[in-house]
Amino acid sequence: MQRKGTNEPYREPTPDGHFGVYGGRFVAETLFHALDQLEALYREVRADPAFEREFHADLAQYVGRPTPLYFAERLTAVLGGAMVLLKREDLNHTGAHKVNNTVGQALLAKRMGKPRIIAETGAGQHGVATATVAARLGLSCHVYMGSDDVKRQSLNVYRMKLLGAEVIPVHSGSRTLKDAMNEALRDWVTNVDNTHYIIGTVAGPHPYPMLVRDFQSVIGQEARAQCLAQTGRLPNALIACVGGGSNAIGLFHPFMNDADVEMIGVEAAGLGLETGKHAAPLSAGLPGVLHGNRTYLMSDADGQILDTYSVSAGLDYPGVGPEHAYLRDLGRARYVAVTDGEALAAFRRLTQIEGIMPALESAHALAFAEQEASRRSADDIVIVNLSGRGDKDIMTVAELDGIRL
Amino acid sequence: MSRVADRLAALSAAGRKALVTFITAGDPLPAATVPAMHALVAGGADVIELGMPFSDPEADGPAVQAGSERALRAGTTLAEVFDMVARFRLEDRATPVLLMGYLNTAERIGYEEFAARAAKAGVDGTIFVNLPPEEATDLRAAYATHGLDSVFLIAPTSTPERVTRIARASTGFIYYVSLKGVTGADHLAVDDVAGKVAAIKRVAQIPVMVGFGIKDGASAARVARYSDGVVVGSALVNTMGAHADDPESIPDLLSAQVRDMRLALDGGT
Repeated sequence: MQRKGTNEPYREPTPDGHFGVYGGRFVAETLFHALDQLEALYREVRADPAFEREFHADLAQYVGRPTPLYFAERLTAVLGGAMVLLKREDLNHTGAHKVNNTVGQALLAKRMGKPRIIAETGAGQHGVATATVAARLGLSCHVYMGSDDVKRQSLNVYRMKLLGAEVIPVHSGSRTLKDAMNEALRDWVTNVDNTHYIIGTVAGPHPYPMLVRDFQSVIGQEARAQCLAQTGRLPNALIACVGGGSNAIGLFHPFMNDADVEMIGVEAAGLGLETGKHAAPLSAGLPGVLHGNRTYLMSDADGQILDTYSVSAGLDYPGVGPEHAYLRDLGRARYVAVTDGEALAAFRRLTQIEGIMPALESAHALAFAEQEASRRSADDIVIVNLSGRGDKDIMTVAELDGIRL
Repeated sequence: MSRVADRLAALSAAGRKALVTFITAGDPLPAATVPAMHALVAGGADVIELGMPFSDPEADGPAVQAGSERALRAGTTLAEVFDMVARFRLEDRATPVLLMGYLNTAERIGYEEFAARAAKAGVDGTIFVNLPPEEATDLRAAYATHGLDSVFLIAPTSTPERVTRIARASTGFIYYVSLKGVTGADHLAVDDVAGKVAAIKRVAQIPVMVGFGIKDGASAARVARYSDGVVVGSALVNTMGAHADDPESIPDLLSAQVRDMRLALDGGT
């Protein structure tokens, strides 16, 4: 169990992007001016109703929002506890919550007049969501992806190419998401004048953690209103998977002042926290600095970043967004971890009894939600963020079943 | 005055340009580093930057990345890096040594312990490429206690306000990054450097070194016309990489390479 929090009240980040001691801006000096410009523009557009209208029109007409808050009746009955509601981010255009952020950031890139977009991707969902909005706006798009991920997510690689993006395999380090992010930062430092970097999660240097959170907060805003409309009250608990943590913070943030709503982030325990083969920095890491922010990291005694492992490429990252680090220390949210095996079981269960195939990332949230719902009374309501659909993971699951497609 | 400030003041008084050289500790193996450091000095280096190998060198180009990977593969630890400096100091008490790398190395053990161990080993300061002065208050407090310098970087994209802030925060010298890009990049524009360095020198009280993209005597001499000195890194790290399977040969090669740059700098002043 994680230690008790400080129970201090939640505060929005400081003007220089600190969530408590976390966050900040730890980058090469060359990038400072671009971050300042991005932040200034972002503060300007947030106060601009025209931007808000444009963003929400895109979410409605292009992404397909609002997404349903679906009562999983059979799952609820099987678990025999709390009512389980699924926030159906899997029904978004491109199949995951990632597009909420890329639509917003593409509008920013357009306003900045930057014709070139770069992104990092792990499972490929953020890469696909970025390539999608770049295609729509006619921007050139370059996606960095660890070469191991290129291999295990070949479907998404091909999708990005069809969308006109260049996918650049990264062969350094552990050849996964963190290395893709290193390479994207190197590209940005070289091409900063004409390039906008669309970071896909609530990590990175300020203002990204705040900006991505705000674009993703549409998830929680909708879920909160839908829960009130459909059940007449607020949920007891919110459950979401946490890699970098963008879908979780998007669900959590609009409930921040609802003190009775519990927030639970689910990390990837991989083969088990005790094996060291996992991707759970909040459960088993320590604070440090990587990729522009201070946060919980998986690193050794010398500060070297450790290789992570998860069956889910989207959770396979040694850090986590700084706001999660802050919420953990406050005790406002708690963080748990589930193994590959538990996530795969939840993947199968939802597929078989609800006819919904979740992404393996989302299956981590579902796996913990099953335990949590079973423990709770039938009067409780639990909202699970079904952050993405599982089509991209079919090859992975088939391989585990020993089937060659 | 610090060892760095002393050395740079002496060079300035003699009308000479400083030659700052970078290699990665433990590259290609820990035993190679102390001889390599002495070889740099023998070739004419004025200041040594010793890279602390890091798993995720996000601001470095392929050469320094490869050096970092070689060092980590050889099992180089932070304790060994400190030990290398301590052993270097047994024979050379004059040449300033700055550790260069990424902040997580100091975050993990804590700034106070990092500073104490560095100072004890004979380190003169650090350059963290991902630490801007805005985030450095705690680190600088620890460094003040232990008499360490903290060198900050200025980039071509730094605004005049930031140039002033960084110039005031930096101690020892100011590191001007000569191009938009990673270490060892290939598009150095000397005219841009001249203008920017002049602007920095108008607000700076300490010397300005220029690095990134300087690979030989000719490029060093061109840039040194406008600055107090130059930093050479990737070119030396490439030498280490090319001779990784014959580490005994590295010191002489490094000395020769540094001597060429030294001659070009001294001839050009």
